[in-house]
Amino acid sequence: MTAVITRPEALLYDGVEWDYDKIKRVYDAVEHIALKEMGLDVYPNQIEVITAEQMLDAYSSIGMPLMYKHWSFGKHFARDEMMYRKGYRGLAYEIVINSSPCISYIMEENTMTMQTLVIAHAAFGHNHFFKNNQLFQQWTDAEGILDYLEFAKTYISHCEERYGHAAVERVLDAAHALMSQGVHKYPKKRSDLRTEQRRERERQEYQDQTFNDLWRTVPKSAAGPRPAKSVSERKKLLGLPEENILYFLEKKAPRLDHWQRELLRIVRHISQYFYPQKQTKVMNEGCATYVHYQIMSRLHETGQISEGAFLEFLHSHTSVVFQPEFDDKRFSGLNPYAIGFAMMQDIARIAEKPTDEDRQWFPDLAGRGDGMAAVREAWANFRDESFVLQYLSPHLMRKLKLFSVRDDAEDPYLLVDHIHNERGYRDIRRKLARQYDLGYLEPDIQIVDVDLAGDRKLILQHRVTNGVLLDESDAKAVLRHIANLWGYEVQLIEVSAISEAILKEHAVTAPSGIGVG
Amino acid sequence: MNIIDRRLNPQGKSLANRQRFLRRAKEQVVKAVRDASGKRGIQDIENGEKVTIAAGGVREPSFHRASQGGVRDYVVPGNKEYVEGDTIQRPDGGGGGRGSEGSADGEGEDEFRFVLSRDEFLDIFLEDLELPDLVKQKVKQSESHTLTRAGYSVSGSPANLNLVRTMRNSLSRRIALKRPKRDEIRELEEMLREAEEAGEDAAQIQALREQLEHIVLRSRRIPFIDPIDVRYNRFESVPKPIAQAVMFCLMDVSGSMTEHMKDLAKRFFMLLYLFLRRRYRSVDIVFIRHTHEAKEVDEETFFYSTETGGTVVSTALEEMQKVVQERYPDSEWNIYAAQASDGDNMSSDNAKSATLLRDVILPMCQYFAYIEVAAEHNMGLSALGRETELWRTYKQVQSPERPLAMRRVRSRREIFPVFRELFAREKAGA
Repeated sequence: MTAVITRPEALLYDGVEWDYDKIKRVYDAVEHIALKEMGLDVYPNQIEVITAEQMLDAYSSIGMPLMYKHWSFGKHFARDEMMYRKGYRGLAYEIVINSSPCISYIMEENTMTMQTLVIAHAAFGHNHFFKNNQLFQQWTDAEGILDYLEFAKTYISHCEERYGHAAVERVLDAAHALMSQGVHKYPKKRSDLRTEQRRERERQEYQDQTFNDLWRTVPKSAAGPRPAKSVSERKKLLGLPEENILYFLEKKAPRLDHWQRELLRIVRHISQYFYPQKQTKVMNEGCATYVHYQIMSRLHETGQISEGAFLEFLHSHTSVVFQPEFDDKRFSGLNPYAIGFAMMQDIARIAEKPTDEDRQWFPDLAGRGDGMAAVREAWANFRDESFVLQYLSPHLMRKLKLFSVRDDAEDPYLLVDHIHNERGYRDIRRKLARQYDLGYLEPDIQIVDVDLAGDRKLILQHRVTNGVLLDESDAKAVLRHIANLWGYEVQLIEVSAISEAILKEHAVTAPSGIGVG
Repeated sequence: MNIIDRRLNPQGKSLANRQRFLRRAKEQVVKAVRDASGKRGIQDIENGEKVTIAAGGVREPSFHRASQGGVRDYVVPGNKEYVEGDTIQRPDGGGGGRGSEGSADGEGEDEFRFVLSRDEFLDIFLEDLELPDLVKQKVKQSESHTLTRAGYSVSGSPANLNLVRTMRNSLSRRIALKRPKRDEIRELEEMLREAEEAGEDAAQIQALREQLEHIVLRSRRIPFIDPIDVRYNRFESVPKPIAQAVMFCLMDVSGSMTEHMKDLAKRFFMLLYLFLRRRYRSVDIVFIRHTHEAKEVDEETFFYSTETGGTVVSTALEEMQKVVQERYPDSEWNIYAAQASDGDNMSSDNAKSATLLRDVILPMCQYFAYIEVAAEHNMGLSALGRETELWRTYKQVQSPERPLAMRRVRSRREIFPVFRELFAREKAGA
């Protein structure tokens, strides 16, 4: 009896046109390599074919398929559309959503090779990262996100009908301005989004049930200030200082309506959902790029894709991981794909074929063999900052010719303070890691005090590092948004983190009122 | 793994967001549209437009660090010659140009640029002028007749003979009546000749001869084409609305017309053009400008070149008459005319203009609108009841049954109300 032998030398597809059969075949082949050979672990996949317009649409609503309606998404769409139509900018080949099942969008215009690449990149690379990285495991709820977005969308359109577009827009504008200040950076309690929906319904029902108009008629307590609590007591009561401004406003702003609080909550949850993605750009892209490169190479080695297809893949792969040098016209910062991919390859190299230098720098990693396992470990346990700090090797620094520049506004020149040499390696690595530290990149702004007994002024503090102040006009505009939500005066004080000296103050007076008052 | 084809999902999912965006940026968009429409030629007014609006109203602020000041560190790739302690000239555009601080998102742009579709542009343009649903109002539509094919008939002129139909009828009749074919006759003749040559017996020859005679006779009795086979293409004449219109823009360009007045006139012409565009498939525009003599010119010259001379209105009317006779017979074209003037005319010309208007121009026009433009500050003139030469002249001509409308316009704001009034009257009359 002859066993049925699959012929690995048979091409999976031929030519550029794609169809569902080919995609299915390619998916199976890719899945085989990814799961069996590379040991990846992924959410179930869902691949959706979309048009260029739908891709633009997904772009403009921060990559989510079910976003609520807001003018800013229309604005981004208008801009992206013009850029695309005029040929200033291409479209991404794919968009992938951290959900379970993991949804990857592929464009109908792509060639079959591109579809293969996208499946390898998104459906396995990103997917594995989403499922296994500890940040995502800790912060996001892949099962619940799509349902929650659906809930948010209906809730917001319901609000628009009930309270008017303008009122909803005012709250959303304010919430969007505070989006980066709307995340918990330290885990409190893990809540999944399904429960969120249920709780919102329950709150509403409870309010409806316990509504009693009589309370309105109860005489107000006799005038006269209550005994002022001490500052520390008051702060404790309000949970201050608080860096999650949206959270604070949602819970404590005195003049907001129930639905307005719920809108803040929605924006806050979405912001929180994207928080891990912001912290893992390099790793996420590095992971996906490394995975697609491995898979495509394997497909080529085993004769499942043609030479032509492999060349087409290499062409697009190299342009994705291209890193222009600093004096190049095309330079616009470090390319996360390039750094990520280079570091992944470097880790595998160190694990399998270390040099003496590597043994000295990475005693645990060097020569342990099984590069793939080493890379998988890195994917699971780090975020960009710690990843760079842990894994950037002198070899790679030399390869990229990294150097660090200090720009002190008071000096007429920029200073090259470290280069890729023995003395500079550690400093460059530290500095590069800082470039990816969100806690360092984003200004440290906290709500520090509220004068509840007096004029209810909300006081925010920006702790200034390295003497870099906030952009004034934007800060003012955001403060106005905060004042709209808070309902009273808002003040922002910029203090030096070192000397505690006050550097600058912004204040916005009480608005005409967004709440019911 | 699932593959889902989302391409068939309803398109235009982004429409709601776009509408929200346009509503949000309305003030700036309206302003941009107004600026753009001022710059455009009348006939391009309908196309979509790339508009640039100030980013102010649609800015999305966030707390972020300023691009200037303080101490910053960057790690960048591609070192070629630097060693520790080297200094570099600060690149232009401040420290922000280098490293990760570059504004990747286009935030902080002063301007925002995007493309409005044709419909959006028109909507905003018309909304700006508070245009109601003018299209629904009835514009008198004259009709002409045209011939359309309407099947076949058994009578007609030879030029309309439908050969295919005729031959088909003929063929079927010949098959039905078993008309002998030419080959059959020829074959029989051949057999007869062979028989005669071979000297076969007379009875057989006789039989063949009779048979031949019979089929020759039969083929003669059944004609190849019979009058009952003949079919003609039939045409019916149906009334057809005239789908083409011509719009005459007449304007006084003598020295007394200021730029402001010309701008008012241009806006009025634009509106009329838009209005006609919505009614007719094709709209031609003829520009006639006049001083003491009239000339047909192109749009550019019409609006932007200056001319000196006196003012004789009748010349323009004569020119219009001439153009109509040459190119736009009023049986085939809907003729609209709009005349803009500051109201000056040579006194000696008034009578002639009035006659010309009454007897020649108005009878062939669907509508003749006379717009008297005045300087913006010139409020008192009509309030005092002093009417201009031309106004008085035209007023004599005006009567309910004549399609002549007259209005005064002083500022841009009045253009649209006046325009609406003109067409509202038409509706009441209809």
